[in-house]
This record gives sequence, structure tokens and C-alpha cells, in this order.
Amino acid sequence: MAIETEASSVRDQSHVEDIENVIIRFAGDSGDGMQLTGSMFAHNSALVGNDISTLPDFPAEIRAPAGTLPGVSGFQLNFSSYEIMTPGDAPDVLVAMNPAALKVNLGDLVRGGLIILNDDTFRANNLKKAGYEKDPREDGSLAGYRVISLALTTLVQNAVKETGISHKMAARCKNMYALGVVFWLYDRPLDLTERVIEEKFGKKPEVAEANKKALLAGYNYADTTEVFTSQYRVGKAVLEPGTYRMIMGNEATALGFVTAAQLAQKTLFYGSYPITPASDILHELSKHKAFDVRTFQAEDELAAVGSVIGAAFGGALGVTGTSGPGLALKSEAIGLAVMTELPIVVIDVQRGGPSTGLPTKTEQADLLQVLFGRNGECPVAVVAPATPGDCFIMAVEAVRIAFKYMVPVVFMSDGYLANGAEPWKIPSLESLPTIEVTHLTDPEGFQPYKRDPETLARPWVVPGTPGMEHRIGGLEKEEVTGNVSYDPENHQKMIRLRAEKVSRIAESIPELEVEGDPEGDVLVLGWGSTYGAILTAVQRARDRGERVSSAHLRHLSPFPKNIETVLRSFKKVLVPEMNMGQLLLLLRGQFLIDAQGLNKVEGQPFKIREIEQKIEEML
Amino acid sequence: MSVNTRELPPGKLDEIQNYARADFTSDQTVRWCPGCGDYSILAQMQKLMPEICGNLGVPRENVVFVSGIGCSSRFPYYMNTYGFHSIHGRAPTFATGLKLARPELDIWVVTGDGDGLSIGGNHLIHCLRRNVDLTILLFNNRIYGLTKGQYSPTSELGKKTKSTPMGSVDRPINALCVALAAEATFVARTLDADTKHLQEVLLRAAEHRGSAFIEIFQNCNVFNDGAFASFAERAVRSERMMKLEDGKPMLYGKDHEKGLRLNGLTPEAVQLGNGVSEKDILVHDEGAESAIPAYLLAKLDEEDFPVPVGVFRAVERPTFENLLLEQVTEAQKKQTRSLEELFRSADTWTVS
Repeated sequence: MAIETEASSVRDQSHVEDIENVIIRFAGDSGDGMQLTGSMFAHNSALVGNDISTLPDFPAEIRAPAGTLPGVSGFQLNFSSYEIMTPGDAPDVLVAMNPAALKVNLGDLVRGGLIILNDDTFRANNLKKAGYEKDPREDGSLAGYRVISLALTTLVQNAVKETGISHKMAARCKNMYALGVVFWLYDRPLDLTERVIEEKFGKKPEVAEANKKALLAGYNYADTTEVFTSQYRVGKAVLEPGTYRMIMGNEATALGFVTAAQLAQKTLFYGSYPITPASDILHELSKHKAFDVRTFQAEDELAAVGSVIGAAFGGALGVTGTSGPGLALKSEAIGLAVMTELPIVVIDVQRGGPSTGLPTKTEQADLLQVLFGRNGECPVAVVAPATPGDCFIMAVEAVRIAFKYMVPVVFMSDGYLANGAEPWKIPSLESLPTIEVTHLTDPEGFQPYKRDPETLARPWVVPGTPGMEHRIGGLEKEEVTGNVSYDPENHQKMIRLRAEKVSRIAESIPELEVEGDPEGDVLVLGWGSTYGAILTAVQRARDRGERVSSAHLRHLSPFPKNIETVLRSFKKVLVPEMNMGQLLLLLRGQFLIDAQGLNKVEGQPFKIREIEQKIEEML
Repeated sequence: MSVNTRELPPGKLDEIQNYARADFTSDQTVRWCPGCGDYSILAQMQKLMPEICGNLGVPRENVVFVSGIGCSSRFPYYMNTYGFHSIHGRAPTFATGLKLARPELDIWVVTGDGDGLSIGGNHLIHCLRRNVDLTILLFNNRIYGLTKGQYSPTSELGKKTKSTPMGSVDRPINALCVALAAEATFVARTLDADTKHLQEVLLRAAEHRGSAFIEIFQNCNVFNDGAFASFAERAVRSERMMKLEDGKPMLYGKDHEKGLRLNGLTPEAVQLGNGVSEKDILVHDEGAESAIPAYLLAKLDEEDFPVPVGVFRAVERPTFENLLLEQVTEAQKKQTRSLEELFRSADTWTVS
């Protein structure tokens, strides 16, 4: 639905200052509704035409003990009148709903930044829980920041009293009150968000009413009490013309697979076992049954991938989704898909590892697992989206590859892409690639492992096709016939063929593009979600006149054909990764290039500044 | 599934009803050990397939055998149908995905006591509780054959094998109890050596809509020869085994002179006569709503009671794939938006 995006307020606008860019972080207890608040601000920003990028950051516990440091949940939003690629390095504004939120986030705030506090929570017990010996509002810890301290809980309770809602429920509206305050600060229309509140709490009109009242009260409070000296406005960003919506990575992934199935005129079968941060893909797909999406919540990860291989054997588009620990469990079955040469897609939304690791935090440390974490020589194709919106395109690409080459494809997203949001230019159907699938039905000369001479794909003959009954399985196959074979030479040949089939994918993928000059002093090469931070850092270095370029891999197996040429066109190569140097190991091993790594495994995405610094060091 | 519910092209039904055993025999050399009980099961299956396909109106190309790993799991290679020899323990998962993608297929799962009850126990339980329309054959030889003779989860306590030279110390699991606990809608037991009974049970299972589970006692003449001899030997069969028949009293013995009765909740093996008449004997009701009577039969101790074979339970419940597809149909009826409308199903704005 299209939205009117004019500001609704009819006030004197003379105090409104235009600025280009703001980074705001909402932080509070897990139960304070910070994710919702942040998402609503992001939605509002997108609809007024800003470019946006978000970074939700929440604990693995559903409700960690209230008021404690591990219980702090945050949502960072970067909104801008120019094109932005990341959620921003350091927030300009911190909304802290309790002492713990202040403590956890203060260090990230820019010097001189604005802090909005919920005064009511700064009591002895909360301060103690947050590990504050003294009240930070009074001991000088906040010197150098602009602090606005509001009794949010008290204010909101008074504001919504008349709705008759309980005292406790009233207090829970304080996030909307805080949002109202910052909405005034950034001169935002309330109606867009009021509508979101109505949709969100549609089943409980009194709760919706209280939340809307809280939002308006916060807005009016800021307007009338002059807590801020002026208002700011971030104008519309100049984006490529088109129709946009806001999209999160997991949502884009789900839509991408629905689209790919439609393009290929296939049933989409999604078998999955719930796991953070991949579960939202299952949730999203389960809503799209009308597109003949069949979702199956399996009993475990092994069953999830097994069901998908079974569905692929039957001729459906089989997709499974998981995160690192689940991928480990799926390994054996992925090997079976390699051996039986069936097209499936495995989504790995990476999170911090090893083991259970950091379920809600991001990391890129599954790359070597994806490439090599199976028994035997077991090559698969690997794609990696670069941004939340790119998840859509790469999902379609994963399916194209799987079908064309009859090969399992791993789609490597991560927690940052999965939960991050950005404006997404809605594609026209004509702009999408066609995905052709043929199922051989002529029994004449049929052999289960007789390959297409160009792609080396074997024919995809599905049960139900008369006269072509055949058996497949995990035992080594004899070339052409597909019969079980223990012949030594055949085994070597089949291993080479399976590898060759994957490497031939390079014939149909785009070459690696260099952003900036095609040669120079430093190439910054990345993959996956590091795209925005790398691109911005390199742009900044180039703005300073440095001979730096960047390139981003969206295909990791096989690599684009020109990768070595690109690498050799620069004196130095820097590979920033949220792991200990996994792509780096591949590049060094495969091309004997002395590339350097920048490795961060803190469960947080790169800051632009971190990459910039490393580039400076290398120049 | 019946002939009149499926649409077949003209002449197809004729073709189906004229299948012969040879149509289901693949060109692959069977590689089980000579004397293995699997030969008997394979032979009965190949022999029965024309009848099963004819009865159900299923063309051969719609028949799929899916297996895991183990001796029994080589089965699909020998059937001239579509087949998938998958990985250890996971056959029900592949079969489930295949059935959900292609509900018109007639899918058989072949597994063993190790494959189905040890490494794949979880999948078996969940497949059965969902009531996916599959027929699951569990070849139980109470031993690991393919890995050359370790005890299995159905081996008797104290079993001396290569891996348990002093005897196994874990209690065996009862396949039928597992199936019944999972609320399987069709649960049966038969044995390789009694080919007539094997055929009867296979036919019944093939006709069942929903998960059909059959435990087949199967002799491994290399690593566990005679595992079932104490009751399955022809000479003792009538005394030591009890064939369950729906609606009939549970009698056994050469002249049906013995029977099973309940004393409170405890079953008793009794001799007819001396005040005990047929009306004291339990009557088998395979369609009983509750799985408890079937569970009681499955739990009968092999030493003290005759071993029941036949259909323990057969009830009708909606199948998983039908329920799922009904949701798909319902969603399609309710919503007719295009892909582009789906993309635009959030708030949008236009940049010009």
C-alpha cells in the first residue's frame, strides 16, 4: 500500500534544522520493547524517504533478569538523506530505558552525543544491578554529553490513565512515549506509526489506544516543555527511482525463494527446524501457502534436510534453512545430495560459534564448514548475499544454479543480514531471470548419470515418469548408468566430475566487479554482510585520494573466473571478515597471494572506521 | 487410495492390472548372504506388487522404495521401481519430503532394527505420529549385520557379540511398542519364514492410508541364526505363535485349544476347558480407538506367552500430507494476489 509521507504537523517550522544523517540507538531491558520501538522508527524513516540501515542487537535469553547488563536489548538505526550502507559506527543519540542500558551502550556514543534517560529507573537497586556504584547522572560519568532525563514511567502512566488500562500495562507503553519524544525531535509524522500500532495491537483496542496516546503524549511533551532547543529534519535520500519498501534479510530471503519457485513453476518445499537466527524464514514462508509453498517443521535438522532432498527427488524446489549448529547436523545429508546430484538449497544464517556460541549475534565463521565440512571430496556451490535486500536476488540465483547444474547450493547469510533492514527497490517481474527446468520424460537412451555436455548436470527424472524407473543413493555411482560401483578408476573419475561440475558454474556467473580503479595500492575484498562497511571505508579512502578499491564476492564456490586477475592488479589485498581468516586462507592457498586479514569476532558487524584504519595502516 | 479416486489415462488401468512379477525385478544382482531372510521378503514383495498396484490403481512409476543404511536397506536396488538408498536412519525423512511434494506416489520405507530404532529412532517416531501415508517395513533380525555382528537395540539382554563379549547390558526396545506409543495408525508384525502370512500383512499395509508400520522378524543366518527359532520354527509355530484376526478370539495351539484372557489388567495364557470357554478369551479388535490393547499384546513376554503376529492396530486418521495440502488449497482459495502484489504487501513509497 502506498503511503502519504508529508509531515502531519502544522506547526511553525522555523526551528527545524536540516541535517543529513543521524544514528540513533534505543536500548532497554529485553521486555522494554526496544526492537519494536526501533523498527517503528525505521519504518517511519523509510516512509519519509530517508535511506536507512538497522542493527538489532538482542540477548539470546527471551527475558534475561530485568535490569541486568546481559538483559539489555538494543536497536540501532542509521537514517540519512544520502545513500548509506551500514547502520553506522557510533550513535549520535542514545535512548536508555534503564541504568544497565546506559552502561552497556554509553561507550559507543559519539562524544557530545545526546542521551535520553528514563529517570524513574535510576534507583538504588537498578543502579546496583547495572554495576553502578554511584549514580552516573551525578558522578560526572555523563559529562560531555547532552543528557535529557525524563520520568518516562510516571509521565506515561499519567498520559494513558484515562484509557482505563492497568497500571502495569500503562508502564509498558513507556517505549512509545520515548518514541514520541524523538519523533518530535526529528519532526516526524505520527500517523504512519499510529497505523502500525493499530495493526500491531489490533486485537486489543485498549492497548493500541494506550500506545497511541503514549506516542502522542511523548511528542507533545517534547513540543511544549522545550526540553530540546530545536528540531531536526533529515531529508529524503536520493535513491534510484522506483517503488520501495523496507525489508529485512530473512524476509527478503523468503520472498526470494517464493519468487524463484514461481519463476521455475515449481512447488517450494521448505523443511526446517527452528533455530536462531533462521527461524523467521520458516515463519515468513509458512504465510505463503497460496503460492504453493509447503512448509514442514521437521523433528530435527537431519529430518529437515532429508525431507528437502526427498522433495527434490520428487521434482520440487527443496530448500532448508538453519544456522551453524544445524548445518553441522545436516552435513551427512548434504553429502548425499552431492552424491545423488539433486538440486537443493541450504540456507545458513550464520551466528557466533563454535557450538551454541552466540545465537543472536552475527559472525561469518561457517565458510570453511560450508566448503569442507563433510566427509569425502564433497563440493557444493556457495552464494552469499551482501545486504538484506540482496538476499532476494541471491536466493533466486541459488535456485538458478541448483537447477541448472543439479547441485546443492549453500546460501550464506548471517545474523546481521537476517535481522537488519534497508529500503528495497521492488523489482519488476521482467527484471528477474528466467529459471528453466526440464524433466526428461523420454525413456529412449535414458541413463540416470548421463551428463549434459555443457553443464555436466545429470538428468532430473522424477518418480511418476513411466519407463524410467531407477535407483539412486549414497553409494558411489557408476558414471552414466548410476549403478553402484566400487571400481577404483570410476571413483576417481566421479570425484573429478563432481568437482568439475561445480567449477563450471563459473561460466554462468558474473565476473568480480571492482568498485573504484581496476588497479591500485590496496584492494579490499569481502564477502557477505561486510559489504556496506567495506564499500564506505574504501569510498572514504578514495575521497582522500588514496589508490584503494573494493570488490565483493557473492559467489564463493566457485569463485568468479577473473578473481585472480583482480587480486593481482593491486599491490596489497585486505580481506576483512567476521572470522579468523577463512576466505583469506582460501585466497592464500589457492592463488599464493600474500593477502592480509582484518578479523573481528565480537558478534558485531564491522564499523567503517575499523576498516578505514586498517586501510590506512596498509598504505 | 482406490482405483476410482485417481485419474488414469485411457488404457493405463489395463496396463496396471497386467503387471507381472518380472516387471518389479531390477537387473541388479542381489548381494545378500545366501540364506538371508531378506530374500524371502524381497520375493514376496516382487510377487505381490502386481496385485498391490492392480488393487490400488497405482502405476509402477508411482511406486518408490526409500531405505536407510544396513543390509535391509539395499532393498530398493532390487525393485524395478523408483528407489532411494539414503543415509543411516533417515529414510522416513526423505520419504516424508517426497510424499509432501508428491502425494500421489505410493512410498515404501525399508529399514532395519539398527537403522530404524537406533540411529533413526527419532525419525520413525515422528513419521508415525504425523501419520504420513507411507508403508514402513522394519526388518528386525536383532543384530547388526552390515557391520558384521554387533548387538542391536532389539537384541536380548545379555547378548554376546563382538562388541559385547561379556553380554550386552542394555535392555532391548520393542519395535511395536514404539510404534504404538507414537500412535501409529497401522501396526503389524509378521515373519520372513511364513510367506503366506507375510503376504497377507503386506497387502493389508499397502491398502492402509496413513503410516503403516510392519515389524518383520527376519533371520540373519550369518550373525544371529535362529534368533526367532524358539517360536518361528515350523514345528513349534502353532504352539508358540498366535495369529491375530480382527473380531476373533485370541486362540493358538494346534487345535486352537489355548487362548489369551485378561485377569484385571494382566494377560494370562490359558487352556480351554475346565471351566474356561471361548467367551473368556480376549477378542481382537484392531480398530479399537485406544492403542492400549494392542500395546498389551506387543508387550507379551516371549518366554511365557505365544508371540502375536498379524495386524495389531488399524485405525483411520487424517494423513499428514492431506492436512497440509488442505491448508495450501484453503490459502489459495482465500488469496489470489500476484507475486508483485506480494512484494508490495508492506508500506511502499516511490522515489522519482
